[in-house]
Amino acid sequence: MQLAVNILVLASIYALIACGYVLVYRVSRVLNLAHGELMMLGAYALFATASSFPGHPFAAVAAAALLALAVGGLVYWLLMRRMTGEAVLAAVLATIGLGILLRGAMVLAWGPQERHPLQALGMSNASFAIGDARISSVGLLLFTATASVYLGLYAFLRYTAWGVRMRAAGQNPLLAAQRGIRLHAVYALAWGLSTFTAGLAGMLIASESALDQTMVVIGLKAFPAALVGGLDSLAGALVGALIVGAAEVLSIHYIDPLLAEVVPFLVLLAMLIVRPWGLFGAREELDRV
Amino acid sequence: MPHASGYFRTRYERDLALLDTRVQKTASALLALALLAFPWIDSPFLLDLANQVLLASIGALALMLLTGIAGQVSLGHAGLLAAGAFTSGILFKEFGAPFWVTLPASALAGAMLGVVFGLPSLRLRGLYLAVSTLALHFIVVYAGNEYEARRGFSTGVVIDPPRLGEWALTDARAWYFVLLAFAAAALLFSLNLLRSNTGRAWRAIPGREAAAAALGVHVSAYKVLAFVISSTMTAIAGSLFAYYRGFVSAEAFSLFLTIQYVAMVIIGGLGSLLGAVLGAIFVTLFPYAIEWSMAVLPVPAQWSTHIFAVNYAAFGLVMILFLVFEPQGLVGIWRRIQNYFLLWPFRREPLSGRQ
Repeated sequence: MQLAVNILVLASIYALIACGYVLVYRVSRVLNLAHGELMMLGAYALFATASSFPGHPFAAVAAAALLALAVGGLVYWLLMRRMTGEAVLAAVLATIGLGILLRGAMVLAWGPQERHPLQALGMSNASFAIGDARISSVGLLLFTATASVYLGLYAFLRYTAWGVRMRAAGQNPLLAAQRGIRLHAVYALAWGLSTFTAGLAGMLIASESALDQTMVVIGLKAFPAALVGGLDSLAGALVGALIVGAAEVLSIHYIDPLLAEVVPFLVLLAMLIVRPWGLFGAREELDRV
Repeated sequence: MPHASGYFRTRYERDLALLDTRVQKTASALLALALLAFPWIDSPFLLDLANQVLLASIGALALMLLTGIAGQVSLGHAGLLAAGAFTSGILFKEFGAPFWVTLPASALAGAMLGVVFGLPSLRLRGLYLAVSTLALHFIVVYAGNEYEARRGFSTGVVIDPPRLGEWALTDARAWYFVLLAFAAAALLFSLNLLRSNTGRAWRAIPGREAAAAALGVHVSAYKVLAFVISSTMTAIAGSLFAYYRGFVSAEAFSLFLTIQYVAMVIIGGLGSLLGAVLGAIFVTLFPYAIEWSMAVLPVPAQWSTHIFAVNYAAFGLVMILFLVFEPQGLVGIWRRIQNYFLLWPFRREPLSGRQ
């Protein structure tokens, strides 16, 4: 039972991160390798707003999430917009460069020591019993946040005008542009949403454990979840996160804790060998890259 | 290589020659002399820098062959360096093997890993291939970590310097010549490879695989070959790195190292061997340049306590600036300068194309 709860919490972490990869990839075919750093930035934003809104945790979280949304849009506007028309590799490398830049800048701004945003908010992470298993309140929050983000994204992509534009831009940018869709605005929105979810994930992970450099690794480990499900499928990211989370928790429990660092990548390799386009991904993508 | 007007190749030998004009020959001879005379400067620090540059340029040349020429993206370069270093380290530690056993063994391990890294390229392209090599990087580094943990070398494996009879390779000046020889061999090997069938086949693949296949290039074989040759060179560089440092630790082979090598290839200029060397020089010297400029310029106290963070930020910024404003890299700048003088008093190349 405890195992199932652990899997569920880890899978919701991975799913929350993976949807950011999927959003950007689906719309602009760019793999954002700065995702982990953007997560960290979100967590630091919460840490910063926590001190400016003392006693109002919700105001602090909302302010930090809005900041993340704005940062994502800015990243597109200042950097990724210039990479359109370049080779896919160049765009990916630009995100790598951005990641390193952010990592350095965050240490300069906030120092290398561990931070605890939850304490800065004046809250504690109590745990509940469910049957014979225990779950922390942040873990529960993670699960609900992931569920609501996915529901929200589904409704957004399915029913709103901007969501439809986003899907159109992902399917065929040329036709979408000719139909009068402003591609730059759509891409910027996708980056904003992706960073928003990343920031949310960063804040929650930082509240669950602590805020330090290892968050970048967590961000990278969530990427296999996105790919296993199919890089352009949100539903796939959920399934992929469950698979990767389960594989990781089970191998920690039954085989070797050190293995936790590589299990997601082993799953990734296995998937690339068997079905590179993922469980729910569109097959033609592979030749377009 | 562009030439001034009035230059014609009249014989096939001249077309094949590595150095064909008198200027090129003189310049290369002068460069070789300068490189040979370099270790007599009286500064251990500069000598160490030069050794680092030479080491890096072997790895950068290998990655340039793979990514710049054959167009196969790899984000697993640090994993291959780690494989070379750990093969040497483990063979030395477990069996006390001398360097003339461990170095070829590392090369062999690199070649075998090259097949493993290369096999996904038969099915995957671009981004997906990059991701598969990234995953392999993590697995190789994990294996190294596991070895350290199992055998109780938690901080790393210590390796003695290479020995020939009584003489041990410890002196920085001796190392300089050894590394120079290896780097020169890597450069000559790559240059010659590019003039052969293999090099032409590699250049054809990234253009369009179907077209390359139609021209008679065995695409999958040449892709795997590119991985094997590149990984072998990289593993040799990794083994040399282990001996030079006298120490192997999985921590040294982080993702950041891969990024540094990819940056060397990008900043140098994709598709050019000169670019690989220029990139290696740039990226290796970059942190020292930052440190020096921080000592000279007035910077906040917070910055000088976290030099590594300044390094990271500046490095990321430079990478982005190159990608956005100078995608051709340092070689692009160099060519523009060359063209400026070659074309003077004109400003642009004729529309009919290059010579």
